[in-house]
Amino acid sequence: MNFLRKIQLAASIAAAAALSLAAPAQADPLKVGFIYVGPVSDFGWTYEHDQGRLAIESALGDAVETTYVESVPEGADAERVLTQLALAGNELIFATSFGFMDPVINVAQKFPNVKFEHATGYKRADNVSVYSARFYEGRAVIGTIAGHMTKTNIIGYVASYPIPEVVRGINSAYIHAKKVNPDVEFKVVWVYTWFDPAKEADAATALIDQGADIIMQHTDSPAAMSIAEEKGLFAFGQASDMKQFGPNARLSSIIDDWGPYYVERAKAVLDGTWESEDAWHGINEGMVGIGEFSDKIPADVQAEAQAIADAISAGEYHPFTGPINRQDGSPWLAEGETADDGTLLGMNFYVEGLEGEVPN
Amino acid sequence: MDWGSLNPLSLVATMVVASIPIMFAATGELVAEKSGVLNLGVEGMMITGAVAGFIAALETESQVAAIAAAAAAGSGISLFFGVLTQFLKSNQVATGLALTIFGLGVSALAGQNYTGQAPPQFSPPNFGPLGDIPILGQIVFGYDYLVYMAFLTVLGVWLFLNFSRAGLVLRAIGENHDAAHALGYKVTRVRLLAIMFGGATAGLGGAYLSLIRVPQWTEGMTAGAGWIALAIVVFGSWRPWRVMAGALLFGGVTLLQLNLQAVGLEINAAYLSMAPYAITILVLVAISARRSGKSADTPASLGKPFHSSA
Repeated sequence: MNFLRKIQLAASIAAAAALSLAAPAQADPLKVGFIYVGPVSDFGWTYEHDQGRLAIESALGDAVETTYVESVPEGADAERVLTQLALAGNELIFATSFGFMDPVINVAQKFPNVKFEHATGYKRADNVSVYSARFYEGRAVIGTIAGHMTKTNIIGYVASYPIPEVVRGINSAYIHAKKVNPDVEFKVVWVYTWFDPAKEADAATALIDQGADIIMQHTDSPAAMSIAEEKGLFAFGQASDMKQFGPNARLSSIIDDWGPYYVERAKAVLDGTWESEDAWHGINEGMVGIGEFSDKIPADVQAEAQAIADAISAGEYHPFTGPINRQDGSPWLAEGETADDGTLLGMNFYVEGLEGEVPN
Repeated sequence: MDWGSLNPLSLVATMVVASIPIMFAATGELVAEKSGVLNLGVEGMMITGAVAGFIAALETESQVAAIAAAAAAGSGISLFFGVLTQFLKSNQVATGLALTIFGLGVSALAGQNYTGQAPPQFSPPNFGPLGDIPILGQIVFGYDYLVYMAFLTVLGVWLFLNFSRAGLVLRAIGENHDAAHALGYKVTRVRLLAIMFGGATAGLGGAYLSLIRVPQWTEGMTAGAGWIALAIVVFGSWRPWRVMAGALLFGGVTLLQLNLQAVGLEINAAYLSMAPYAITILVLVAISARRSGKSADTPASLGKPFHSSA
């Protein structure tokens, strides 16, 4: 893999060099680099980040020039790729996976004039911003739909790693499914991977064998959607719409839309107004999109789900509004109280009613 | 915990299904290694078979064509490795790794226009009344063609290696290629055929993933299955039935832990997740502890280049 990426990187640097030689008269465009954890064709997480990159290109045209390096493992190799991107003259670099956090901080120290944007992390510096999306807002919407649509009252959840982002999603979906269907039960399977289609498919099958008729996932590939389609059951698109993988199975989806944020940040660098920030955007800012509702969802359920999305977007409703107890029955949020971002960012507990334990 | 909802029959059936890709790939690699060739490109050959089988299934709607295309593609891409290592005497380890990278890249390119499509569903063989037998009907006669092909491949390889003259020649070449050459056996030719066989079965393993188990084409979808297959060959100490058992054990434990989680077993999911790997390591330790020094099962010429002029 290293070798391949080196070639890709060398080719993109060479292409960039050739371009700049070819047009010496024009002002230099802003170079924006991207480093991805998966392939751009995963039709999930990385795919949507690359859509964001393309949004920068179409919005700012000749003023920018973008390059990307895909399938970079989280760890030491990321530091090498980030360094190369910085050396290649990129002034703004997006690192789009949690595990790139320390490499970004290290490289940012060596290149104080390069601006870095790190997705889903929490370490900042003067030239390092962090950004993430409030996916749990989307989970509230699809949880509501799932609560209404399940006939067996069992919802299967294919989870990746027990990190706060994933736990938050399970809690949010469960709270809202339970609200509309008191009999609902969640079964969670942890697969300990972001991307392994066979394992994700097997997990979905295991959940269906246990009576789940709706599958939710927090992994990157559309495998679970394919299984739901094959078995004539329902599922939700994750990160990307995934409709083509489950034309009948897909009820709705949570779509990551990074484009508006990426364009805004690239513009800020061009204007000289870029500052280190901590952005956590949701439905309101457009970073979390709710995919079109399937016509298999009854009209009143669609309206209810839409109303929740609208209320969240308008700031009238917070998906974590009390009274909510922790799994052990101890109170977490009092009546009307909403969760603060600090607790949400570190969430490592299930809410009351969920079975099983959060692995640690 | 609700054991009542865990159907042991369908569990056994899915455990078998989960082991098929690595069973195919490991059996083919076993033949290659028995002839003295260490091909680390299993992952690359699998993913090439996965995409080729998928494309053929979509374009022709024919199961036979899909299976043939997967085997041919896996075999075809293994020829790169074969020519480089057997004729140009390149390093087998490096060339095998290159084959994996090449396969991942080629499959991503070939599959670009096929992502997001559903393969046609192929009907499993119909065993007539046999399929209605209680218990046996489900766990013996309820699979797709490729599953039976995998078991027949193991049987065939076992018969070939142990009861045929050609198999004896292949093993002799793997143990001592200079002696075999002195006896007039075509070392390079036999090894090339063994490499191609390994490629074909790895391709079938990949196609089983993209056509039946997942069923979709996603770039990089083998996600390390080829490396597991390589480990299974050592695990099975280069014996077909043990390799089959290793594949069933690994696939089975992986599947079992997912099912136990779904049932709600009160064990930390992290332990369940590492179980397949932990058990594999334990068995490897147990096997190697039984012998002193280097495993006697390892083909003596494994990974060594052969120069006929020496």
